[in-house]
Amino acid sequence: MPSIRQLRRRIRGVQNTRQITRAMELVASSRLRRAQERVLASRPYAERIRAVISNLAAVSGAQELHPLLQVRPVSHAALILFTTSRGLCGSLNSNMVRAVVRFILDRGVSVDIIAVGTKGPTLLRSVGLSGSVAAQYQDLGNYPNVADILPISRSTIEGFTTARYDEVYVGYSQFVNLMRQEPTLLRILPIAPEELESSEASAYHQVDYIYEPDPDAVLSNLLPRFIEAQVYRALLESIASEHSARMIAMRNATENAEEILQDLTLTYNKVRQTAITNEVIEIATAAKAIAGV
Amino acid sequence: MASLRLEIITAERIVLTEEAVGSVRVPASEGIVGILPRHAPLMTTLAPGELIMRRGDEEESFFVTGGFLEVRDNHVAVLADASERAEEIDVERAEEARRRAEEALKEKREGAELAAAEAAMRRALIRLRLAQRARGRRGASQAR
Repeated sequence: MPSIRQLRRRIRGVQNTRQITRAMELVASSRLRRAQERVLASRPYAERIRAVISNLAAVSGAQELHPLLQVRPVSHAALILFTTSRGLCGSLNSNMVRAVVRFILDRGVSVDIIAVGTKGPTLLRSVGLSGSVAAQYQDLGNYPNVADILPISRSTIEGFTTARYDEVYVGYSQFVNLMRQEPTLLRILPIAPEELESSEASAYHQVDYIYEPDPDAVLSNLLPRFIEAQVYRALLESIASEHSARMIAMRNATENAEEILQDLTLTYNKVRQTAITNEVIEIATAAKAIAGV
Repeated sequence: MASLRLEIITAERIVLTEEAVGSVRVPASEGIVGILPRHAPLMTTLAPGELIMRRGDEEESFFVTGGFLEVRDNHVAVLADASERAEEIDVERAEEARRRAEEALKEKREGAELAAAEAAMRRALIRLRLAQRARGRRGASQAR
């Protein structure tokens, strides 16, 4: 039986932990709400740009010409990998990295990883794949804007046009709902023609636009922005996933702490009662003994 | 009477959606384009500059840079790299951007860097000009 003092100390410890995990849960949930709003706010732009590009690709016949649409035999690929920089978010990062490892093994080509967030490289090192991390960007914070990802998307676009990479992917945790974040690997370069044939696009094909200066110029202007929008979206999704995963992990931790607290309190009360009973018995026996004399 | 529906969208947010717009003036890459209702379908790239929306007797001014403009069925969509209402422009930030660009230009860099600095300079100057004008207008309306 543990002593009363020990029990009291443990109870206080668990209470403190509960307080911290509860605070973290609340912080994560408010950040999650804002992250979700940002994901939603980024959608109209990406959808519109995709529809316009698909229309353009059909009109300009630039499909084979434009460097960002060029399909080459693949020997080198790049993967922009979004992971978190902080822990305490459940299995989010390890799921992501597991998907990446599987991808690298399946793909069978050399893959350069461009990492955003520090957990990805750390986990990759633990499975012996640290050599594939080609670049590491610092954490972009909770509320990044498009300008923050421009260096990343520009350098990968350049890597693709100079044939250093034959394919470029983004890896991020897709935010499905509170309980589910799915590791997702999406090819962003070369831009696949089927990618451009969204249902919305068919309505666009009817329209006969005037293009200024000309379709190819507009297309060259839009394609890099399309890539940027996709990278930006991946970043926003992974931020939303991070906060939802942390929120759930912290909620579970708070619940566990409560359970432990209940057990401890019960034991504490039992021990205390036993001690009091013992004392009463002692006093009673002593009193009896004295009275008996 | 036919009117326009104007949308200004950036990757980060929807800056504006407005119905019953009379006309829009947009800084396209080939020069300023004026759009009235029943405009032919048009798609053009944008230059950094001022977008003016006219609605009844009111005019509203926006800063836009980069991206493109699409006109279709009385629907004007501006997809910009960055855009804000003239009143929303962060003067301090624009001023700082101007200083940075000035320094970069002084260092006489070459090629892409020079072009980037020049573009940054242009954007900052336009922002400052629009912000100043918006402020002047607000002051005038308050005086009335």
